[in-house]
Amino acid sequence: MKQTKQNPQAAVPIMDAEAIRRALRRIAHEIIERNPPLEKLVLAGIPSRGVEIARRIAAFIHEIEKIDVETGVIDVAMHRDDVGKRPELPLVHASKLPLPLEERTIIIVDDVLYTGRTVRAAMDAINSFGRPARIQLAVLIDRGHRELPIRPDYVGKNLPTATREQIQVRLQETDNEADAVWLGREI
Amino acid sequence: MTTRWTRKDLLGLRELSADEINFVLETADAFKQVGTREIKKVPALRGKTLVNFFVEPSTRTRISFELAAFRLSADVINISATTSSLTKGETLKDTARNLEALHADILVLRHSSAGAPQFLANRLKASVINAGDGAHEHPTQALLDLYTIRERRGKIAGLHVVIIGDILFSRVARSNIFGLLKLGARVTLVGPSTLVPREFEKLGVEVSHKIDDVLPKADVVNLLRIQHERQRREYFPGLGEYVRLFGLTKERAKLLKPDCLIMHPGPINRGVEIDSDVADGLQSVILDQVTNGLAVRMAVLYLCGGISTQ
Repeated sequence: MKQTKQNPQAAVPIMDAEAIRRALRRIAHEIIERNPPLEKLVLAGIPSRGVEIARRIAAFIHEIEKIDVETGVIDVAMHRDDVGKRPELPLVHASKLPLPLEERTIIIVDDVLYTGRTVRAAMDAINSFGRPARIQLAVLIDRGHRELPIRPDYVGKNLPTATREQIQVRLQETDNEADAVWLGREI
Repeated sequence: MTTRWTRKDLLGLRELSADEINFVLETADAFKQVGTREIKKVPALRGKTLVNFFVEPSTRTRISFELAAFRLSADVINISATTSSLTKGETLKDTARNLEALHADILVLRHSSAGAPQFLANRLKASVINAGDGAHEHPTQALLDLYTIRERRGKIAGLHVVIIGDILFSRVARSNIFGLLKLGARVTLVGPSTLVPREFEKLGVEVSHKIDDVLPKADVVNLLRIQHERQRREYFPGLGEYVRLFGLTKERAKLLKPDCLIMHPGPINRGVEIDSDVADGLQSVILDQVTNGLAVRMAVLYLCGGISTQ
């Protein structure tokens, strides 16, 4: 889920750059452990922070195992379930996955898992490319409040929240700010 | 660049900002990719109804919109002038209101009168997409031309685009002029003075009546169809003379830079605006235009048809 920007002064820091680094490195270890052989693996990020997080996890996997896993991009805009309900539309990015998907394991990567609707749309998007052997889910933050029967396979940090709170993930590459996760108390 | 799209209608390029035009082109990149998937269909407009309302005949534009709508999972109804009650004297507004009463969400309109799409857009809740109105605008054709240039040359700013032919009657030319100038291209119009009056210089383009002077300096030539159906005899003496003075013959094509793109919105009059060999040659991107037209129209339908009109 994309979070709207707000004043960081009113927000509480949840993770700093080092905590994010450790969490993603641990996720990389878990992915390696659960997915041999790594040659069949694709880390597919949801734009824009999911793409950057996927790139970082791939870099950790390379560091640990000396193997380059494939990465991809899944834009979910065309597969969302709220067509005609938004007064303005953001830019759609081109999806990019290595083909064919058959026999591959796709790991969907995003920054925050909330209702699960984005992940559902991502699975729908993946299926239009083919039929992967399996699909898994990795997120930096799981904030709860699922509206669909979806659960993550790899979690950087579980963060129980109230629906009126906001989670903001900031990454150097996508936001031009120091890596951090903030919990906003006000909306 | 704009990061959000907020329009329910696409009426012309004159009203769009450079940012908005680029937004459509970038969105089209994403939709072009859909054509390479195993399942070339996305649920973006599932449950929406699109009406192709073509009061003027057109095959390629209508089919392109129809296929674009199918790929977005919309339902499509085609209405042409001869099958509509316009021939029974119903007004355009009444026909459109009837379509809306059937809960049509998107109306793609081709009409012989300039301003017809604007007229309906102001009165209907449905999205209205201009598929060509009189000699006014044909925005999706210009967008696909821009997309094709950008795809082949990597940019539009700074390129010299030469539009040749029947500019006076051409909505394609007008939409292209607006779009190209907004994105920073240099535009030269070429044709007989009756069809390319100096008046056009007011838009910020150059006008020339000597094709052989202009061709060597072109990065893109866009050849417009001679519209027999709109022509009256006084505009030029005959097709033979037009070919001799302005046709892109095999000989004349040798004047072009090797990387100059040759475009044509179709349908081609082979041997009139363009020689067969040139139309089928390596510099021709005429079929790319057709393929890209689908991606651009998917983007336009997704953007205009996908926003809330409440």
